[in-house]
Amino acid sequence: MLEAAFFYLFGGLAVVAALGVVMARNTIHSVMFLIFCFFNASGLFFMLDAEFLGIILILIYVGAVMVMFMFVIMMLEVNFARLREGFLQYLPIGGAIAVMLLIELIAAATSGVFSSKTASTVEHFGREVNNTMEIGKVLYTKYLLGFEIAAIILLVALVGAVVLTLRSRKDAKYQVISKQVKVRKEDRLRKVEM
Amino acid sequence: MSWVDVAIQAGIWALEILVIAASVALSVAYIIYVERRVIGWMQVRKGCNRVGWAGLLQPIADGLKLFLKETIIPTTANKFLFVAAPVMAMAPAFIAFAVVPFGETTLFGLWETAHVMAIANINVGILYVMAISSLSIYGILMAGWASNSKYAFLGAIRATCQMVSYEISMGFAIVTVLMLSGTMNLAGIVHAQAGGLLHWYIIPLFPMFLVFFISGAAECNRSPFDLPEGESEIVAGFFVEYSGMWFATFSLGEYAAMILISLMTSILFLGGWHAPIAALDVIPGTVWLLGKAFFLIFVFIWFRATFPRYRYDQLMRLGWKVFLPWTLAWIAVIGICMYTPVIQDVIAFWRPGSGA
Repeated sequence: MLEAAFFYLFGGLAVVAALGVVMARNTIHSVMFLIFCFFNASGLFFMLDAEFLGIILILIYVGAVMVMFMFVIMMLEVNFARLREGFLQYLPIGGAIAVMLLIELIAAATSGVFSSKTASTVEHFGREVNNTMEIGKVLYTKYLLGFEIAAIILLVALVGAVVLTLRSRKDAKYQVISKQVKVRKEDRLRKVEM
Repeated sequence: MSWVDVAIQAGIWALEILVIAASVALSVAYIIYVERRVIGWMQVRKGCNRVGWAGLLQPIADGLKLFLKETIIPTTANKFLFVAAPVMAMAPAFIAFAVVPFGETTLFGLWETAHVMAIANINVGILYVMAISSLSIYGILMAGWASNSKYAFLGAIRATCQMVSYEISMGFAIVTVLMLSGTMNLAGIVHAQAGGLLHWYIIPLFPMFLVFFISGAAECNRSPFDLPEGESEIVAGFFVEYSGMWFATFSLGEYAAMILISLMTSILFLGGWHAPIAALDVIPGTVWLLGKAFFLIFVFIWFRATFPRYRYDQLMRLGWKVFLPWTLAWIAVIGICMYTPVIQDVIAFWRPGSGA
């Protein structure tokens, strides 16, 4: 019962936070709502015994990705009047997508996939089951190919981002630390006979 | 489990949380005192010595003064986030203490097996500490943004870049520890270092120890990495607009993070609650752990009295061009050692889980 209560707490707060992301006037508030949403999603992972995924969600998304998001958004100057200009123009297509998604969600919810019979076991593993180790074993054996492909895609994106933003300036002065460390007193200091 | 049991368990947890939070807050007050005395001593002056015997009541007087001061909220500030930011900066440092194991106890022989002295002894303890301590950045970022002041904003930007950069090398330094210990449970990592000084991870991972500790100094914005405050350039950085108790909240968080980093370094590299030689086992483990942590805190203070502040580009260079390659190389070195026939047996000395 306690578990159900926590599920509705995390789930409800996640939905409220997600609404907040869309509704908030201030973009910074939107980002804060999104962070809060991630927190609740990670709470749901914890309830599924997936503590590794829950922690990683906070570590990667909240701790790193959202910081970058916020960094960019803080620099932006968002003009809300301009953003709203095309609202009516895009309403039909946006509304159509929303309705379609709603129908799909209802269809999926009523199809019986989520009924209590098909749900997996509700019993929890003991502390001796090491979630991280199990994920590692599966990831590096069964799903090795997919894992490696994902890694290569990320590497390409990383290199691409560096290449796109790399500009070398001719007039920039760089500090060569090894040269500075190598300097001895005799190189810089000259005794003058008076 | 009946409701009474639940209530008793909740009461015990609340008590544990209260004890740890209160002692951390009190330690922060006295670390500030120690810092002032030690820096005074290093700079051949007296430091605070007026309030109470040898100035021991100075932290209380300072706290009272800050508490009674008016909190000014700038008119152009974003009120809600301005008030929330110090709490957001402080809370993570305290929450992370939930998994720190302070030792092992049988409660004077009451329990048959030794229990780990932590509020929550979770399997992913080290990841939890990394995840939670990375959240304090939002407090700093929000403080800089909500103040609506250019100095605060510049300080927040500096703090963000610095923390994101150093978190990476810190994470990789932890990976090398995990490779040897084979567990992410903090108590498990300490157990893996049992058996005296030679088993401590500072021996095979000495460069990583340096990287972790120095990155830790950068993570909690300690001197010589205190660019976010940088009073010579940006007045006081991200908390320039804060006064009174809200200002004190920031330093509370900063010093709590410093204690946390010291404890984590002791647990990961200095054998946690184990004594360096077996003969010294009579001294309780908690004393050892706190003693190691206190020594590291002293080193932090020593840093502050010794080194001039880094320049911003030097800071970035150190993080990305020195520490990151070091840590990546050391992961490769440890990994190769673990699978090379002869060296394998040597490195098995530090890997109790490997069956050697």
